[in-house]
Amino acid sequence: MTIAQVIFYLFAALAVGGGLGVVLMRNAVYAALFLILSLLAVAGIYILLASEFLALVQILIYGGAITVIFLFALMLTRVADLSESLIGAQWPLAAGASALLMGLLATAVATSDWPGDAAGEITSIPFPVLGEALFGQWAAPFEIASLVLLVALIGAIVIAREEEGE
Amino acid sequence: MEEARSVAQQIPLEHFLVLSAILFSLGVYGVLTRRNAVLIIMSVELMLNAAAINMIAFAAYTAPDRFIGMIFAIFIITIAAAEAGLALAIVLRLFRNQGTANVDEVDELKW
Repeated sequence: MTIAQVIFYLFAALAVGGGLGVVLMRNAVYAALFLILSLLAVAGIYILLASEFLALVQILIYGGAITVIFLFALMLTRVADLSESLIGAQWPLAAGASALLMGLLATAVATSDWPGDAAGEITSIPFPVLGEALFGQWAAPFEIASLVLLVALIGAIVIAREEEGE
Repeated sequence: MEEARSVAQQIPLEHFLVLSAILFSLGVYGVLTRRNAVLIIMSVELMLNAAAINMIAFAAYTAPDRFIGMIFAIFIITIAAAEAGLALAIVLRLFRNQGTANVDEVDELKW
């Protein structure tokens, strides 16, 4: 086994283990902490695929910002002491459905012929090239994405705000 | 000569796709079983991450010089951030109005 393979399987196991923790943990705060583990492991996979920029974005936005929002939401909605109501009664059915979905996806992956399997080097994209593409060729989607973020920001404030009448 | 081989030759593309499929299925399971709205959104984040892994893997293996998959993944993360902020604001509002974040108890569509 080469070093790259060891790293891949290590991070893949961490990501899947973290994902299992997210969906199985009886304590909501532990589930949020397992989500951080899973997201950081995915960042490691990105580095393995020579996408350092995306790994940094993943750690900053997912590992930092989004999980902190989750922990704040858990704190504000006080669910940590309601642990028995976290998992619904229909979990065997859901487990069967998701296992079936995973089997289908894995079969599709295994039986398909993927192009570029024997591709040579995975080249790392330099940050300046990525930035030029993002602000040149992809400028319109970039602007729309910033608009979406602005709308989400305003919307979140309006929705979560305390009204005088309440 | 082991070291001279690239990552692409050591790990087939399928392994990344299977990892992504496992994470996506875990997310589906979480969305179906979790009863707390915050935990459902956490499972949705798992599914979004699985999709992003797919994008990156295809970008790296099939068109490494055009990195369109990377751009897509950046937009996925942007949308995920917006989605998490908005959804958690809605959950907070729900909790304030109904006193619960349990989706089984919130089935009236109006109040």
